[in-house]
Amino acid sequence: MSIALKATDLSKTFEIGKRLIGPPRGLVRAVHPTTFEVQAGETLGIVGESGCGKSTLARMLVGLEPPTGGSIEIEGKALDNADPAAFGRLIQYVFQDPVSSLNPRKTIREILEIPLKLLHGMDRKARAARIAEIFEAVNLRPEFLTRYPHEFSGGQAQRIGIARALAANARILILDEPVSALDVSVQAQVLNLLADLKREFGLTYLFISHDLAVVESVSDRIAVLYFGAVVEQGPAEKVFAMPRHPYTKLLADSAPRVGQPLGGVQSGELPDPLNPPPGCAFAGRCPKATDLCRKERPELRVIEGDQLAACHHPL
Amino acid sequence: MGAFLKLLFRNRLAGFGAVVLGAIIVLALITPWLPLHPPNATVTANRFLLPGTPGHLLGTDHLGRDQLSRLLWGTRLSLAVGFAAAVIAGVVGAAIGIIAGYFGGRTDNVTMRGVDMLMAFPYILLALAIVAALGPGLMNALIAVAVVNIPFFARNIRGITVGIANKEFIDAARLSGMGHTRILLTEVLPNVIPVIVIAMSTTIGWMILETAGLSFLGLGSQPPQADLGSMLGEARSAMITAPHTSIVPGVMILLIVMSINLLGDGVRDALDPRLRSGALTRPLPATQVARKSVPEVPAKPGLLEIDALETQFHVGKRVYRAVGGVSLELKPGECLGLIGESGSGKSVTALSVMGLVASPPGVITGGAVRLEGRDLVGAKYERLRSLRGDKVAYIFQDPLSTLHPLYRVGDQLAEAILSHHGIGRAAAMERAVKLLEDVRIPNAKARARSFPHELSGGMRQRVAIAMALANEPDIIIADEPTTALDVTVQAQILALLDRLRRERDVAILFITHDFGVVGQLCDRVAVMYAGRIVEQGPTREVLEAPAHPYTKRLIACVPELGEGRRVLAAIPGLPPAVDALPEGCAFAPRCEKATDACRAGEIALESHGGRKLRCIHPEPAPVEESA
Amino acid sequence: MGAYILKRLLSAIPVLFGITVIVFLIMAMIPGDPATAILGSYATPENVERLNRHLGLDRPLWQQYFIWIGNLLQGDFGRSFALNRPVLDEILDRFGATLILAGTAFVLCALLGILAGVVSAARQYGLADKAITFVVILGISIPSFFLGMMMILLFAVQLRWLPASGMYSIWGGGDLPDLLRHLVMPAFALSVVATGVIARLSRSAMLEVLRQDFIRTARAKGVHERRVIWGHALRMAMVSIIPVLGIQAGFVLSGAVYIEMVFQWPGVGRMLVDAILKRDILLVQGGVVFVAACYVGFNIIVDVAQAWLDPRIKT
Repeated sequence: MSIALKATDLSKTFEIGKRLIGPPRGLVRAVHPTTFEVQAGETLGIVGESGCGKSTLARMLVGLEPPTGGSIEIEGKALDNADPAAFGRLIQYVFQDPVSSLNPRKTIREILEIPLKLLHGMDRKARAARIAEIFEAVNLRPEFLTRYPHEFSGGQAQRIGIARALAANARILILDEPVSALDVSVQAQVLNLLADLKREFGLTYLFISHDLAVVESVSDRIAVLYFGAVVEQGPAEKVFAMPRHPYTKLLADSAPRVGQPLGGVQSGELPDPLNPPPGCAFAGRCPKATDLCRKERPELRVIEGDQLAACHHPL
Repeated sequence: MGAFLKLLFRNRLAGFGAVVLGAIIVLALITPWLPLHPPNATVTANRFLLPGTPGHLLGTDHLGRDQLSRLLWGTRLSLAVGFAAAVIAGVVGAAIGIIAGYFGGRTDNVTMRGVDMLMAFPYILLALAIVAALGPGLMNALIAVAVVNIPFFARNIRGITVGIANKEFIDAARLSGMGHTRILLTEVLPNVIPVIVIAMSTTIGWMILETAGLSFLGLGSQPPQADLGSMLGEARSAMITAPHTSIVPGVMILLIVMSINLLGDGVRDALDPRLRSGALTRPLPATQVARKSVPEVPAKPGLLEIDALETQFHVGKRVYRAVGGVSLELKPGECLGLIGESGSGKSVTALSVMGLVASPPGVITGGAVRLEGRDLVGAKYERLRSLRGDKVAYIFQDPLSTLHPLYRVGDQLAEAILSHHGIGRAAAMERAVKLLEDVRIPNAKARARSFPHELSGGMRQRVAIAMALANEPDIIIADEPTTALDVTVQAQILALLDRLRRERDVAILFITHDFGVVGQLCDRVAVMYAGRIVEQGPTREVLEAPAHPYTKRLIACVPELGEGRRVLAAIPGLPPAVDALPEGCAFAPRCEKATDACRAGEIALESHGGRKLRCIHPEPAPVEESA
Repeated sequence: MGAYILKRLLSAIPVLFGITVIVFLIMAMIPGDPATAILGSYATPENVERLNRHLGLDRPLWQQYFIWIGNLLQGDFGRSFALNRPVLDEILDRFGATLILAGTAFVLCALLGILAGVVSAARQYGLADKAITFVVILGISIPSFFLGMMMILLFAVQLRWLPASGMYSIWGGGDLPDLLRHLVMPAFALSVVATGVIARLSRSAMLEVLRQDFIRTARAKGVHERRVIWGHALRMAMVSIIPVLGIQAGFVLSGAVYIEMVFQWPGVGRMLVDAILKRDILLVQGGVVFVAACYVGFNIIVDVAQAWLDPRIKT
């Protein structure tokens, strides 16, 4: 297997309260230096709560956000300039809000033609053929092509968003909460469509979500993000079934499940991003935290076999 | 375009404005070919002739010049200058605004500082300074008025552009290989143009007024050439002896500006999509009621009975049947889950109880909601108000938007108490702090002085729960209270709600779309689809052995943690639109078991022991057992 | 709060600086020899020469600017050649009259405008709403100077209720009732347009706010409708009304120029128009800078009021 996507020490720091001249008022580390690989044909799930930096990470991977540090390699080639057009052919993005990701004043055909024209320089006939092919693949009727985005339901709009990503002919897709704006009955349709497309076109997915069950049901491997850093990584079937990091355990216990008593009474919330704690970011909420945790940041390391965790006292 | 014109002329005032303005513009355009006296021909003998004098329909001015001729020529000039100024200001201002808004960062910062600088002048000072520098004259007045208005356009358009530039479709365009110029021209501009048109059409009248004003002061058009403003200015000295010379041009300015303003308002309303759906109407204090009949009151009243409730939304000619005959009963101290997808009518059912459905467009068209036997639908406002928050309290979804952002949370809590119990402010505040402690907010006394934005999402929802508890209600209606929260926070909030309801014996109607939450919290559950209840029963029984095909398939298509990778059993198709419900069972088009009988006629909600079901082909087995 | 006021005061310094630059640059656009413009075309060459040297007009533009601003800071606004007295003295003499007129009109338009807007929104589509909307459209469409003239015709000439012009009666008078009698018409004529604008804005701001979730919350907890409208909704609507009050104050100040002409009110506006017609450049320059600076000061008050109302601003 080859490596489709590799991030090395990728990090992002935002400047808060920029001024016309002089230094900013504060710095927020949205993503701490993060290293990971995605094998070709694999689905890596990234899970985390709001504010954990998962969207910033995704936007860096497609060049929409220039990283503060680190490097990105796609199919063996390093991409260090943040030019979305250069990324566009190799890696594409499916947005969370399907409706706001489509220009309300363009027809679906116009939207789908742009990547074909600009990224691949196809002529009119080739474009029409390719669009028909893609539309077929995402199960949409050809007469939709002349309509405008507001005429579609969320699920249909998300199929169009996926069609646009496919049109660029990239083999890696970043799926940023692709189903969280959809109703459950439609959510399953889109998840199944994504699985079919992956098989058909040999795609590689980076699947970002806050919904543990959804991530578990689609991923090969899962990385858990907390406060801008990966705290645990491992095979999908083990991460929540046998969590190594106390935060992963808290997540798994908190997910509402039929037949299980209400859990996660543990209190506490995210630390202040403008004033981060020196040690482990989870120490304040962790039942096992010691002085070491509060002083020193744990690095991500192998706990057992293919399970990694960033914890001084793994479970 | 056709739709736009139709919308425009549906507004009668805008139509009136368009007709008047059209007539004035036509007159101004054909003025050179009309049989008029030369506008500047002075005949001193004919000074101050009154309107109606033969040969001078509107009389003459202090130099004996024909007023009608001068009026039409002046109108021509005023219109031309006003439009020109509006176009210049609109185009330049919009260009600045779009560039600053799209590129953001330093470009934005520097440009907008410059714009702020220009806006720091009362506009006329800037105009006067420009005229002072360039010298009086109509052209210079035009330049002054245009320049003065550029900052208004720039700022307005920048705000809109920033909103568009942050939309995801701009990111998508970049990933599709588009450069900045192409994005500006094909993605941003088409979305900004309606705003530019609105801004121009609503300010053009103002610009005509401003140029007329400068001419009135003698700084615009110079004699003998005259626009409406300078006609008025020249007439001022004879205002008392010959008022008609002032009234004629003054009324003309009024007519022009008023017709432009009426038309401009019409254009704005027609282009603003929010107004199309009638969304910008003010919700009344209580939902409107239009019932044909009232259900009979049962002999033994329960705590809360929702009886055949029908709530609709009337938008234009369309009728959305959001709730189509829902009956529910809530017993003291129990927790009833109401589950459904978006658009199923679960929230509308909940809001109908206390008349909180936004109205217009919401109308309760049938059924009853009885609190301890007394109907709340159609109750007098004062009775409804006295029960809201006192007997029946609500918790809503997003605590950031449901708490008032400008009041301290302690004050909001105290207000909830004081609205029902005149115990005095100090006592109410004391109780507010106690409530915050009850919902486990650390350092409650200090927190009571916080504003909502200073709290985290979880803390805000705790405040909302404290507020619902403030008057020790019998019933709490919780409308997706944890949907906007992270999963770890959701667990905390659910645990808190569960503890409080057991401690205080409050009945809860819990609205959600999450089976997991229902399974952990609720005693009974009702499943809604397309405005009706399709299944109802004890939570465990319904979840373990769903009888309605919809319930069964909905449960099956939600992945559950711990089941690993799998293919989900999706339900094909979409829920029906509630303004075009199919005959018979609303789920039939998506149901693989549907027969012709399902698609014809009403299917009743039938009781089977403790469970209720609206289906003629129920899922096998367990239903019969329990019956 | 104190820190915010201080911050706001400091931020006014670059604005004031910018204002002087803009005014200076506009005045530098005057074609031909400035000294001739100041002295008029009948001036002797020696006088022109002397004035040029005196004003430093023979130096480069930026040096001229700093000489001018240095003088301004010492209270030396130059001398009006037409009136033959220091510019600052003339401005100070007249500014009080403008302040009385514009201040009264501003208070009037703020109170009436907000009141009309709230009533209009609360009774949307009712009789009161329709009546207010009609009057408002009329109000924003009528030129204030024309309205003023018509008021003089009706109330001063026909009915003889009020004096037609000036600030005080020439014989007797000079007391407060006399001032008020003179003030009624011009203040009302001046306030009409701004009242209309504020009423429209207040109405739409109220309608916007009344649809918000927190209004539903207030109703759900049993707050009386009167308090919902005049408390919860109006307070929130004020957040968008207050900045417009700041802008409208500028419009009232601007409109005062016309009204002062119509009613012979001895204020700064009339002074400026006269000065322009007489090409009394230094008086124009000084008057513009002075009034603009006062307006900047007023806007600081507006911003502070806004920050006091909306706690989200300071953080």
